[in-house]
Amino acid sequence: MASRHALFSLLLGMLLAGSSPVAAPPHAAAAAGAPTPATSLPPFKVGFYGALTGNFASSGKDMLNGLTLFLKAINYTAGGRKVMVIVDDTAGDPNTALAKARKLIEQDRVDVLVGPTLANEGYAVRNYIDGAKAPSLFPVVSGDDITQRSRTPWIIRTGWTSSQPAHALGKWVFGQGKRRVAIIAYDYAFGWENVGGFQRTFEDAGGQVVQKIWTPQTTSDFAPYFPQLKKEVDGVVVAQSGGNAIRFLQQWQEFGLKGTIPLYGLAAITDEALLKSMGDEAVGLVTVLHWSAALQTPEAQAFVRKFMGEYKDAPGYRAEAGYVTGQVIAKALENTGGKPAGAQGIIAALRAVKIADAPRGPISFDEYGGIVENEYIRRVERVHGELQNTVIATLPNVSQFWTYDPKGFLSKPVYSREYPTCAHCQ
Amino acid sequence: MAPGRSRLLGAASSILLLVVLPILLPTYPVFVLTSVLIFAIFAMSLDVLIGYLGYTSFGHAAFFGLGAYAAVLSALRLGHGFWVNLLLGLAAVLLVAMAVGAIALRTSGLPFIMISLALAQALWGLAYRWARVTGGDNGLSVAMRPDVPFLGRLESSRAYYYFVLVVFAMAVAVLGMLVRSPFGLSWRGIRDSEIRMQVLGYHTWLHKYLAYITAAVFGGLAGILNATLTGFVSPETLAVSTSATAIFMVILGGPGTLVGPSLGAGVVVVMRQIVSSVTERWTLVLGIVYVATVMFMPGGLLGTIGRLTFGIGSDAPIPSGPAGAKKGGRTRSGS
Amino acid sequence: MQFWIVQTFNGVAYGMLLFLLSAGLSLILGMMSIANLAHGAFYLIASYVGYSVVRATSSFPLALGAGALTGLAIGFVTERVFMRRLLGRMHGQVLVSIGIAMIISDVALVVWQGDPVTVRPPALLSRSVNLWVMRFPAYRLFIIASGLLIAVALNLALRRTRLGAVIRASVDNQEMARAMGIDIEKVFMLTFGFGALLAGFAGVMGAPFLSVYPGLDWELLPLTLVVVIVGGIGSINGALVGSLILGLLDNYGRALFPDLFYFTLFVPMIVILAFRPAGLLPRA
Repeated sequence: MASRHALFSLLLGMLLAGSSPVAAPPHAAAAAGAPTPATSLPPFKVGFYGALTGNFASSGKDMLNGLTLFLKAINYTAGGRKVMVIVDDTAGDPNTALAKARKLIEQDRVDVLVGPTLANEGYAVRNYIDGAKAPSLFPVVSGDDITQRSRTPWIIRTGWTSSQPAHALGKWVFGQGKRRVAIIAYDYAFGWENVGGFQRTFEDAGGQVVQKIWTPQTTSDFAPYFPQLKKEVDGVVVAQSGGNAIRFLQQWQEFGLKGTIPLYGLAAITDEALLKSMGDEAVGLVTVLHWSAALQTPEAQAFVRKFMGEYKDAPGYRAEAGYVTGQVIAKALENTGGKPAGAQGIIAALRAVKIADAPRGPISFDEYGGIVENEYIRRVERVHGELQNTVIATLPNVSQFWTYDPKGFLSKPVYSREYPTCAHCQ
Repeated sequence: MAPGRSRLLGAASSILLLVVLPILLPTYPVFVLTSVLIFAIFAMSLDVLIGYLGYTSFGHAAFFGLGAYAAVLSALRLGHGFWVNLLLGLAAVLLVAMAVGAIALRTSGLPFIMISLALAQALWGLAYRWARVTGGDNGLSVAMRPDVPFLGRLESSRAYYYFVLVVFAMAVAVLGMLVRSPFGLSWRGIRDSEIRMQVLGYHTWLHKYLAYITAAVFGGLAGILNATLTGFVSPETLAVSTSATAIFMVILGGPGTLVGPSLGAGVVVVMRQIVSSVTERWTLVLGIVYVATVMFMPGGLLGTIGRLTFGIGSDAPIPSGPAGAKKGGRTRSGS
Repeated sequence: MQFWIVQTFNGVAYGMLLFLLSAGLSLILGMMSIANLAHGAFYLIASYVGYSVVRATSSFPLALGAGALTGLAIGFVTERVFMRRLLGRMHGQVLVSIGIAMIISDVALVVWQGDPVTVRPPALLSRSVNLWVMRFPAYRLFIIASGLLIAVALNLALRRTRLGAVIRASVDNQEMARAMGIDIEKVFMLTFGFGALLAGFAGVMGAPFLSVYPGLDWELLPLTLVVVIVGGIGSINGALVGSLILGLLDNYGRALFPDLFYFTLFVPMIVILAFRPAGLLPRA
């Protein structure tokens, strides 16, 4: 009988101990296959955590693919130092993201964190990262405040803020002669920040946003909203992503609205990951983003070719972000001879990185951890039978604050449902 | 060895393990263990409803999340300390449970399931939409670890773990007492046949109400402890997936035993952590585990392990196919 | 006025899609009282299969058949291997069906990856039709028509055919039915399979409307549960009424009270259930 108690206690103990280093081999990628390292230092550990399963599985996977593509190309070695990636799945859940971040930091002792995937995951881990002083790169999370009012010296973006491209589109749309627009957008932070950025620059230039329709995150049917759209406007701005984007454009056409009024898209609505499932309903849509797989520069096209050779599909912004993150890490290691000094050294080296030949163009970081990069106005066109985001205008070196003074920008509230106020809404 | 003795020994060795392990383990496993204890409380609270009262709820996350949000808001917007946050959180849960329970308990079986789901979904929707208060999709972050006399703020993983362990022990004691009390017995009576209980003169409605409120309050307690652990709350805590997780833990461990669901919580939490670090296909693996458990271990984990190690029976009705099947095929509970 | 017409039409279309989804669950959960929480997953995988068939053959009818067959096959396996052994054990059914749903959705993730995909309706139905002052997609009209057709067909089948009588008898009183020589196992298998077939059919019908993506199964499951239980357990007409109410509530709710979106859906549900716990049109 005593042995049975022992059995039970042993089982329990094993289960618990299973979460400690010995029993659970981390899901490490390709440290093997790298040639003999030049230095005798242990590998530089990159802890990747993102949504690899669940509703947002494609986002995390894209990021990981981009990162892996780059690291493979440099043979997992930079600055003479071997690089190793440990991969964890957050399933798109903030609690899990937090647990995984902890695991990577406390158990796997990674040197830098790469991830997560969603804004709410980002906010969930922010305090922990700050407290643990863990160098972190955010390739995809675009929640504005993470490098603004909630910034921490330990987080650097290699992606974007939601309002960054939106600022550019607001200016550009005004430049096209539009003066009154209606907006239909996702009703949560990602949507608010996109809309806020657009509205700010559009109205500062003299335009007017006369209507804002907010749609819930799970909207399978936009039909209830179409009749509400005001008719006397020069254009409609839509901020939707994921499956909503596909359905919106499909339904926009089904209800006979396509072509009746110019449509402008925010929130990466025609990202390559979605574009491949779209058809003629998307042709002609003008959007803005810091990346397009149709960008005609040598670096961009080289990356696109490599990516498609490996993964078949054209790379969207998340894949490109994973790739650039790899570039940034490699550059930091090169600049420090493979031996950045401790966490402080790592984060300083990362922030100092400037890359002129990232697929999306030149990038650098500001002192808030935000990124400075080009923004591209794109139009969906069918080329050789396939849809692509043709670049029709480039706005170089756009920062997260647009052309506003950072301190002035930060003194105002973050873009939300209520801010900027809809002063011209009727 | 007599069942009583082996049960005691089993309890003692588990307690020893829970107290001693964290000293030996590094901080991350301690974090996981803390999570296990918190979800064990959550699962036990649901067991009161599912296992003892025989009412299945698909929306237990409502109380978990409500407690968490109330406590976090109290900390963030009102600047209170942990103990006041705890109180306010539990108070919020109590009020809502009292209000909703009055309506929900007029039904049973499938309609009850729907109402419980509806409550959770309604709160979930509220958390999403009322962003000015709840932070919406982004959630709310706040550091709210308790301040304990002589020990100060329980910031470290280990310190907070022991705090949660104490709360867990108290929850086990209270719930254990309740289910063995006359209330608990009447709950089981209601589970087996409410009509009979009514005929015997019991105020079944009052007893059901008490069960519901008890389950709610302990569920809320778990939610508050979790928000304190992670320093974060988001609408996920109110989502169907959270309710579903609790149900798994209860059914996996064996309903109607309290210990079973705690075990189930441990298995689910730890399995998720381990499996998801080893393979991307962890959803597949977990799915297979759930199916296998039901098909091969009808009494849940505790039913099987319990019989193997302690020889303890359970307070649940004997799980077996034919005995559980009723004529109309319509059941209110039973596994 | 046009506003109301359009919203009503939309509500009915969406409601009909929900009915297509829930009809199967109404049979399984409503009539057989089997808690099959994998219903959403049946829908999802059939949706994906339909997507692949359309990509390969450009034939929507073929995709519909493939989807229905997928549902039937998976339903058949689920019933024979698992549910049959769990009759009367609701908790077991819940856990097993959720486990099966998890397996199905992960397999779908591996095969079709995570990006959302969509199915284009057949060219015939891709047009939009002029309905008073608003253009309305022909495909949605098709969904309304299909839903009505199926509702009528199911009603007829259950009330007027021998098979229907056999099914109703088996569900009402197993032992009596057995005593009368009815092969209960076969009846249950047929009914479950047919319910799953309906889910598969709905999966392909709904793909052009809702698109297909991971997580869709979990989004749809609560809605279908609400329809079946609020509409009335065991009643196809109940499911019809429930879906229409839900579809209309959803539409009006979004149009009128966008802020209270989930509230407008679930609070009426709670109220209805509080007063009519057996649903709106339960089987007598």
